[in-house]
Amino acid sequence: MAPDRARREPRTSAPRARQPSLLPGFGLTVGFTAFFLSAVVLLPLGALVLKALGMHWHAFWAVLLDPRAVASYRLTFGASLCAATINAFFGFIVAWSLVRYEFPGRRLIDALIDLPFALPTAVSGIALTAVLAENGWIGGWLAHYGIKVAYTPLGVVVALTLIGMPFMVRTVQPALGEVERDLEDAAETLGASRFQILRRIILPSVLPAVLTGFTLAFARAIGEYGSVIFISGNLPMHTEITPLLIVVKLEQFEYASAAALGFAMLVISFVMLFAINAVQAWGRRRFVAARR
Amino acid sequence: MAGLRGTAFGEELARRPGHDARGGTIIKWLAIGLSLAFLAALLFAPLAVVFAQALEKGLGTYLASLTQEDAVAAIRLTLITAAIVVPLNTLFGLSAAWAIAKFEFRGKSILITLIDLPFAVSPVISGLVYVLLFGLQGWFGAWLQAHDISIIFALPGIVLATMFVTFPYVARELIPLMQQLGNAEEEAAITLGASGWLTFFRVTLPKVRWGLIYGVILCNARAMGEFGAVSVVSGHIRGLTTTMPLHVEILYNEYDFVGAFAVASLLTLLAVATLIVKSLVEWRGGGRQ
Repeated sequence: MAPDRARREPRTSAPRARQPSLLPGFGLTVGFTAFFLSAVVLLPLGALVLKALGMHWHAFWAVLLDPRAVASYRLTFGASLCAATINAFFGFIVAWSLVRYEFPGRRLIDALIDLPFALPTAVSGIALTAVLAENGWIGGWLAHYGIKVAYTPLGVVVALTLIGMPFMVRTVQPALGEVERDLEDAAETLGASRFQILRRIILPSVLPAVLTGFTLAFARAIGEYGSVIFISGNLPMHTEITPLLIVVKLEQFEYASAAALGFAMLVISFVMLFAINAVQAWGRRRFVAARR
Repeated sequence: MAGLRGTAFGEELARRPGHDARGGTIIKWLAIGLSLAFLAALLFAPLAVVFAQALEKGLGTYLASLTQEDAVAAIRLTLITAAIVVPLNTLFGLSAAWAIAKFEFRGKSILITLIDLPFAVSPVISGLVYVLLFGLQGWFGAWLQAHDISIIFALPGIVLATMFVTFPYVARELIPLMQQLGNAEEEAAITLGASGWLTFFRVTLPKVRWGLIYGVILCNARAMGEFGAVSVVSGHIRGLTTTMPLHVEILYNEYDFVGAFAVASLLTLLAVATLIVKSLVEWRGGGRQ
């Protein structure tokens, strides 16, 4: 599932429109790919952009700057940021435990890390709510200490943490595996403390991976819908995320408002794609520089 | 990766007891304990609660909720949707991977980015775009109504939205795999006089089959479990346009928790089965990395 695999391939130097090849099927496969991609993805997205840009300038901004919309951005971005940060910390520890230590059940846990990828978001949503509601296994215990999770912004953070967790663990795991143990051995022999080894050797080499995982988890969290709407109370101004606001607008047949909000989210998705590529390119450059 | 790790002696050193416990036993068990606590709260408890809630009133009630008319209709709709979407996206994935891995052409990296696009977009937007196209007030809404064709709030809309969301899965698995395996064997087959199709079926397909299986099962899991995009285009008509995840939502909102978690348990089993197949594929295709 690592979305960066293809981009790791070295680019061939400036190709002509098409380099000669022995193999047949260029026209057929490129044609079919381009046609199917356009029909299913590009044209529909184009319709959204046209609809949003066809709005009157003032109406467009009125939708985007509406207090209810602004409150939803604050929750969506704030909770996504919190969730990605929690994942950066715990995801690193989980990846560390899985890569460095042998313990009973390690393989099973390793396989289960991908569960949030495979589990339908609606199921994660109702299951988390059941666990964290005031009569739930964990929610009941937290209620003793006056902490409410379900139906509060905190619940949104928990749901987004679950959704983003595999992105972080699966990005950091291979990077931790590649940290050169020789360097750690050498540092230890030369008298470095454990903390120094962590700070000076391990963290610098996995930093690009942590940042990539952070951006991937953050990007996924911003668009998440299914798991959040069950655990958040969906209260306007308080626990309403932006994707839900789009659905609300659609249900009220305010297509233009929905399109404007959708367009804004689309732009943010593009920015995130760009950020992910930039972080990965930076990590690769660092990696290459370190090898020289 | 120079150094001892590649040598037999390095392997020996790495396996030496205590070597992995650098940082001491306390740190080791602290890290494992923190990991387990984090995963228990976030992953294992929700997983267990699905089955606990579904079976709360006994096996009889559980089975009754699953054989209820609307539940069966939802299961059928989910299966039909997956049966249309998965083969189409598999075909697309094979075609895209062949085009991208076998040829060098201008705009290739843009094509790769565009194929990834549905992963970056919120599921709600994946549904929204089709409402804007085919909804009553959409671009083609009036025309579709005049010709009595319904796409939104009907099967075609659900299929389209699911197709959008699961679009990159197979291609995403196959492209890097086929790039990595190279073209030498295909070129040899063609040079020896095999046709393009024969080369594809007899040379390429066997080489990439584990990656293909993995992509297809992931695509299938997402297709059956998609909620956001389908929710926008479905209209939630009970027994007619509700897929399994939407049926879960309806029952849950009606406080029929046993029913909701019973259907959810089927989806959970699907997810677990997907992970098992994934592990098997990784084990069988272990050499491909």
